[in-house]
Amino acid sequence: MRLLKLVPDNTNIDFLRWRNVAFAISSLLIAASIAVLAVKGLNFGVDFAGGQMIRVTFQEPPRLDELRERIGALGHGEASVQESRSGPIEIGGAGAGGHEILIRMPLPEGGEEGANQAASEVRATLTQGYPGARVDAVETVSGKVSEELVRAGALALLFAMIGVSIYIWFRFEWQFGVGALFSLFHDVTITLGFFALTQMEFDLNVVAALLTLIGYSLNDTIVIYDRIRENLRKFRRMDMRALINLSVNETLSRTIATNLSMLLALGALFLIGPDVIFSFTAALLISVFIGTYSTMYIAAPWLIWLKVTSDSFLPRDPASRASQGPRNETHDGARV
Amino acid sequence: MLDFPRWKIWLVTLTLVVGVYYAVPSFLPERVTQAMPAWLAPQVNLGLDLAGGSQLLLEAETSGVARQRLENMEDVLRRDMRGNGIRIAEVSTSGGALSFLVREPGQVQEATRLARNLAQPTAFGGAREWDLQIEGNRIVMSQTEAGLNEAIDQAMEVARDVIDRRINALGTLEPTIIRQGSTRIVVQVPGMQDPESLKQLIGRTARLEFKLVDLNATPDQLQSGRAPAGSQILPYPEAGEGGRIAVQRRAIISGDMIADARQAFDPQDGRPVVTITFDGTGSQRFASVTSQNVGRPFAIILDNIVISAPNINEPIIGGSAQISGGFTVETANQLAISLRSGRLPVDLTVIEERTVGPELGADSIRLGAISMAIGSVLVLIFMFLTYGRFGLYADTAILLNVALILAIMAIMNASLTLPGIAGFVLTVGAAVDANVIINERIREEQRRGRNVIAAVEHGYKEAQSAIFDANITNVIAGCLLFYFGSGPVRGFAVVLMIGIVTSVFTAVTVTRMFVSLWLRRKRPKELVI
Repeated sequence: MRLLKLVPDNTNIDFLRWRNVAFAISSLLIAASIAVLAVKGLNFGVDFAGGQMIRVTFQEPPRLDELRERIGALGHGEASVQESRSGPIEIGGAGAGGHEILIRMPLPEGGEEGANQAASEVRATLTQGYPGARVDAVETVSGKVSEELVRAGALALLFAMIGVSIYIWFRFEWQFGVGALFSLFHDVTITLGFFALTQMEFDLNVVAALLTLIGYSLNDTIVIYDRIRENLRKFRRMDMRALINLSVNETLSRTIATNLSMLLALGALFLIGPDVIFSFTAALLISVFIGTYSTMYIAAPWLIWLKVTSDSFLPRDPASRASQGPRNETHDGARV
Repeated sequence: MLDFPRWKIWLVTLTLVVGVYYAVPSFLPERVTQAMPAWLAPQVNLGLDLAGGSQLLLEAETSGVARQRLENMEDVLRRDMRGNGIRIAEVSTSGGALSFLVREPGQVQEATRLARNLAQPTAFGGAREWDLQIEGNRIVMSQTEAGLNEAIDQAMEVARDVIDRRINALGTLEPTIIRQGSTRIVVQVPGMQDPESLKQLIGRTARLEFKLVDLNATPDQLQSGRAPAGSQILPYPEAGEGGRIAVQRRAIISGDMIADARQAFDPQDGRPVVTITFDGTGSQRFASVTSQNVGRPFAIILDNIVISAPNINEPIIGGSAQISGGFTVETANQLAISLRSGRLPVDLTVIEERTVGPELGADSIRLGAISMAIGSVLVLIFMFLTYGRFGLYADTAILLNVALILAIMAIMNASLTLPGIAGFVLTVGAAVDANVIINERIREEQRRGRNVIAAVEHGYKEAQSAIFDANITNVIAGCLLFYFGSGPVRGFAVVLMIGIVTSVFTAVTVTRMFVSLWLRRKRPKELVI
């Protein structure tokens, strides 16, 4: 049997040749993301904005403006009414033929009582005006809770970025930690920018996806860093740029194979998976691309800029030598 | 590479067999698993977003606890001082502290001793609950942080139990009621669609009191809300819009003297009422007070609102009473449940509420399962096409991995949520990565001219550090997810973290076992990878 080979043996692509161009593009993207975030902001879901979200399935596609008017007439503030997702692919079963609509309302006045009343009035309007309409989910989040969730989400992202970077610093060298931190910052900012630009709903699930992104994007980074470290020990005199290129090329088929299987798994979830986690899978999908890119063009070039040399990995104390013992042995044999 | 000791083979196989076995019950219908002993048939719980149901996050209004403690302390203090013949005056509870004046300067020392005893209820150890300040003959008692926190903690424990009793009184629901942080309680009720009645049931403090009506209050006083000494003015909606009534501060009966409460019908007009039965103390107090006050009205007060104020026509000595007040059968029943389960020691408000309908949950499960299956099958095919035999080993490892995650979740009694399903997909991806790293390395080593065994050996060895580091960073991200996340997101974190552990086991150890057994048996001269 002939096996699939995604990358021919002994590829030698000069990836780092475009590092300055890539750096410029990335900087632009980051700046643009921050600008979009500042101007448009994120389309916070009820988790973070507070308020009420009602998910309804209609038998017939309702006229959105009419629905909006009817709900607005209840006097609970301006409601946002939108289709659950754009360009869906539906497959058979209970969900098919249904038209999912998301109704979002600001936090009603009068706290708990007000929220109850608003929800039941909307329910009544829906069942009267649209026979067969089915309320699938109601979420009410008070301003207090939503503020806490925003804070917790931001802290979690921050701690995750710093935490894993520190770990990389311990396992490799400080330059690697800095490179990882920059590439994570890059990934998270651009993903946030994407969410601000598309105004896709940003909820708790997306924060979960971002945290996963941090773990996943780093996965790539670590594989290449690991190879760079190995090559640094092997080829003492090789120029750093050539060495990084070599490492990226050596791990290229792994990069492609892993990301391809990731795309297959996530793509299925994105296209036919449940609506409720649409933004979540979207964020993860983006992360597959951005994570790979940032590893090559952000995480790795920083090693050049921070002047990593093979001396960085000379064993300095017996303890580290002992833990690295078996590795050195194998390299002795392979040293060129 | 060839040495994979026999005991290790047995250990790995045993783990896998147990793991796969425990994954099975989650797919069996409930009637089958119920016939089996519980430890043999654990099932994965479905989170609310998949099973459908309601979740409420309740927050306690803790200022009520402080006020209540202050009032209790005032009562006890007055009793103690009176009991010891100490006359006190100018008792005030404003500003969160209890302050009073000792009339006779000679009694200050004795009063201080009594107050100090009250401030530290337990003789040994334990935090001081009140701070004492003595200025001349004025004594000021203020609550310490520790004392207050202790009281809040106890109140929350009681509140949790009360909610538990109330929901269980509704019957077949299987609620989960857990405390979150110091002042919050999460209530999850699977299958409940309309949380309205639930909220009314658990949101009611159900503090029931019987007090004598103060007939001396003038309309002016009622209007201004300034009550005569020893009385208080409470809203009385039955008496019309903005109705108010003055009642004596001292309660004849309080909620803790209730032995039972039931919904019933008024024998005279058939309207729904709640009948309550007092305990021993309650019966005695009620009998004596009603016999002394025949012809005067008393007020039935629920959560500081007067719901009715009937006249005492004759002494009530039977130890039971009936509350009417415009109930429907349902509201009467709810009140009866609330009274039976005891009053909430704190007022609770709903600060977050999520309800998912069963159809949406079912849709989510179906679509989640379909997309996960399709995605996984594509990945499995891809792995086989790329790595041949080694791809099949990796595929087997992935399937075993999914089974192991399910098994561990079932044993841990963890909940599978919708993001959790995505977690599975992601774990499949991560598990693939480990095998991709290993297999690519084997290819590379072979290209460098190593023989079969050495290539495989080096492949596994050299891949290890990258796999290890990558998984550690995922664990870091997973821990933060779990710590900061809530509800479904936590479900995702759980799957992710279990998946990290199991995927390292299956993708590295298990495939290594397969490969070494194969190498030992066939001793191939060449590797197709």
